[in-house]
Amino acid sequence: MEASSARLAGGPEISMHGFTEQPKGWLSWLTTTDHKRIGVMYLYATFLWFILGGVMALIMRLQLAQPDNTLLSGETYNSLASMHGVTMIFLWIVPVLAGFGNYFVPLMIGARDMAFPRLNALSFWLLVGGGIAFFCSLFFEPPQAGWTSYAPLSDDAYSPGGGIDAWIFLIHLTGLSSLVGAINFIATIHNMRAPGMSWGRMPLFVWSILVYSYLLVAALPAIAAAATMLLTDRHFGTGFFNVADGGDPLLWQHLFWFFGHPEVYIMILPAFGIISEILPVFSRKPVFGYKAIAASTVTIAFLALVVWAHHMFTTPTATVVLAFFMLSSFAISVPTGVKIFNWIATLWRGQIMMKTALYFAVALPGLFVIGGISGVMLAVFPVDWQLHDTYYVVAHLHYVLFGGSVFGIFAGLYYWFPKMSGRLLSETLGKLSFWLMFVGFNLTFLIQHSAGLSGMPRRVYDYPADAGLTAYNLISTVGSFLLGIGVMVTVVNVLKSVKNGRRAGNDPWKGNTLEWFTQSPPPANNFDTIPRVRSVEPMKDIRREVQKAGKASESVAQPVTSGTS
Amino acid sequence: MPARRTLLALAAALAALLVFAGPAAADLFTPESGGSPNADKIDTLYKITLYISIPILLLVEGTLIYSLVKYKARRGGQAEQIRGNTSLELGWTIGAAVILVILTGVTFAFLNGITKPEESGPEIAGGVQVAAIGQPDPPGGKGMRITVNGQQYLWRYDYPGKESLFSYHEMVVPTDTTVTLDITSSDVVHSWWIPKLGGKADAVPGHTAETWFKISKPGLYGGQCAELCGAGHADMRAVVRAVPPDEFERWAKDQRAEIKAAQDGLASQRKAREAQTGGGG
Ligand code: HEM
Ligand SMILES: [Cu+2]
Ligand SMILES: [Cu+2]
Repeated sequence: MEASSARLAGGPEISMHGFTEQPKGWLSWLTTTDHKRIGVMYLYATFLWFILGGVMALIMRLQLAQPDNTLLSGETYNSLASMHGVTMIFLWIVPVLAGFGNYFVPLMIGARDMAFPRLNALSFWLLVGGGIAFFCSLFFEPPQAGWTSYAPLSDDAYSPGGGIDAWIFLIHLTGLSSLVGAINFIATIHNMRAPGMSWGRMPLFVWSILVYSYLLVAALPAIAAAATMLLTDRHFGTGFFNVADGGDPLLWQHLFWFFGHPEVYIMILPAFGIISEILPVFSRKPVFGYKAIAASTVTIAFLALVVWAHHMFTTPTATVVLAFFMLSSFAISVPTGVKIFNWIATLWRGQIMMKTALYFAVALPGLFVIGGISGVMLAVFPVDWQLHDTYYVVAHLHYVLFGGSVFGIFAGLYYWFPKMSGRLLSETLGKLSFWLMFVGFNLTFLIQHSAGLSGMPRRVYDYPADAGLTAYNLISTVGSFLLGIGVMVTVVNVLKSVKNGRRAGNDPWKGNTLEWFTQSPPPANNFDTIPRVRSVEPMKDIRREVQKAGKASESVAQPVTSGTS
Repeated sequence: MPARRTLLALAAALAALLVFAGPAAADLFTPESGGSPNADKIDTLYKITLYISIPILLLVEGTLIYSLVKYKARRGGQAEQIRGNTSLELGWTIGAAVILVILTGVTFAFLNGITKPEESGPEIAGGVQVAAIGQPDPPGGKGMRITVNGQQYLWRYDYPGKESLFSYHEMVVPTDTTVTLDITSSDVVHSWWIPKLGGKADAVPGHTAETWFKISKPGLYGGQCAELCGAGHADMRAVVRAVPPDEFERWAKDQRAEIKAAQDGLASQRKAREAQTGGGG
């Protein structure tokens, strides 16, 4: 596995004739339009928000550890819950996936940058602006209406402070950021693939980013419109959501969830894409059912646009409508299930390398399936009448978003860190982090199903001692701190390894895709020569060719540079 | 094989524990029930979906763990280069779809029993003076209709009848009577939920949601608002007190009298003030 210790002597079809040095100094970061540097900045910024959002969650768990606790007031709790949800969704999961996409889509398709490098920088700085505008509300009055900001609670009559306005700012700025980014991904993926990379040879991660982008373009206008209507309701006398003025609170819910449900698939599909790259590499097998995985991604995206009202089963709505949304939600779980079976079949009869990246990647289907099943149970609308807005839903959404997306993101981090930094993360710390996170996660969230079934609503800052909820909540709080420690172990791992980790070489895992063809970290122009792609696994082909030419397979990666010796 | 025998014994003990601890453990795995028939039917529907789900869950986790253990990389091992298997892939797609079709059938079979109010108990019908003019009756023409109004952070209940009858926080109802609720809100969105009496129904300004329950055992049934409605959301509780019909009659009479006395008191105060100001000007 120790790549790159061997010096590449020649091989005309894969050698690097020259490469561009990255400029140095902090100003060069602020002004960069290089997709890799923008990607790295995305990763640092979003991880920072992840940690801030996590600290808020731990404070909430402290409050709930005991019944009738007085650590936090109702206002403070609601602020924390709202800030936590918004931060995790709009400032962590959606943009961190854009970060990976930025760094790796051009490399994986053999391009030298994104289609519009300056727009790419704009996307990142809009995101930073949105995050700062939102967090500034900490200094006056944070929003308290949840990440969903349901009207009329979010209207000026019931939320007169500026918190909701900060939320609207965030929606617009991060929304613009995502839209600009999505258009950039779409243009890049459609136009800049390496010669020979037909749709059927495109890496599955690239497929997932393409679909993620189309879904963003389809869903974001609905929330942008809703947020603007809320803004004019609050400040300019309109009454879109106000019954007295002929408006309707349910209009908000429809607009919100028309965006909100596609958003949840926006948050999971790229994580699916990440592990669809990792599992075959670490089981030394081709991915099982490439076409089925790509096709199910596209199917899910279409269906994701017609399931939104399963978040509104308890509103006054005709039964036939409820039945439609139950059936559409059932339908979306079929392609989702297909993916899980394909991943397991990918491991089947492989030679599985037990690396940290694989641990996190395998945890995704293992945990996501629990959230998928609880999702189907929630889609049975009479059952949802009992479970809606309880801790059962909190458990569901964390199994899919933390167990699914976040474990997938961590898998991606352990898999790609060597490419981004040129160094390996520590396997010991990685596995420690994994087990702490895995155990902590299940302790925190499995028991919340029971809390919800026993009648505990979500978004409550306290519960009485005689409600029978004390044990559930204490277990959950203990778990959440284990989970927090587990995350911090990875943070320490990254900070240590980025300077002092073992040198990774260009292709430490014997990857399948083109990012492993270049140096680690890649030079500013990515590739000198771009190879012709002949299959879904171009790196396998290249390794084979080089082997045939009688060279060590490790020495494939192209550039001959001073960094490796 | 002693190890296997202990394992078997352990499994049997666990199974026995689950069976006998059934009632106690029930709320670990299933929704609240036992207050009203609709809650019981939701509970049964939930259990059916749970029983369908468990084998699927075990299958997925089992094959996942099995492959991790069995196919761990070994020196000299060869990974099979399989790229897919069309009939297998078609098989599991169709299998998943079939399970969901079954689940759809089961849901529709239960739907009516959950949404349609049951007939009210026979002997109470004459005793309880609840039929209001202009209100549609529950099936059987008996029972009671109460309007529920959510307000930050309190529930108000208006009973039918010519004389004003209402209460806050605690809803008193007669047992064995079908109670239908018309739920709305006068400020933000709330959600009416008494877990043992069935599913929740959102109280949305400008809309009326409907739900029902029928209680056979007298007692207190607690619940709370289930939709975030502001700083006091966690403390927006509700209680339904079910009492025998004759006791309900007594309560209604006292409550009406109290309300009337309060209203009369207010009216005479107002009159006195009007007389005063009228005299002064
Ligand atoms: C198997 C497919 C899925 C089905 C059938 C499903 C079904 C549902 C249903 C019916 C609800 C509404 C529950 C309620 O509020 O009463 C819900 C909530 C939710 N789901 Fe899923 N879900 C699925 C997958 C996912 C995925 C992949 C994600 C994200 C990665 C996700 C994230 C969420 C979130 C965040 C909520 C809560 C939203 C809120 O009220 O704040 N779900 N899901
Ligand atoms: Cu949804
Ligand atoms: Cu509430």
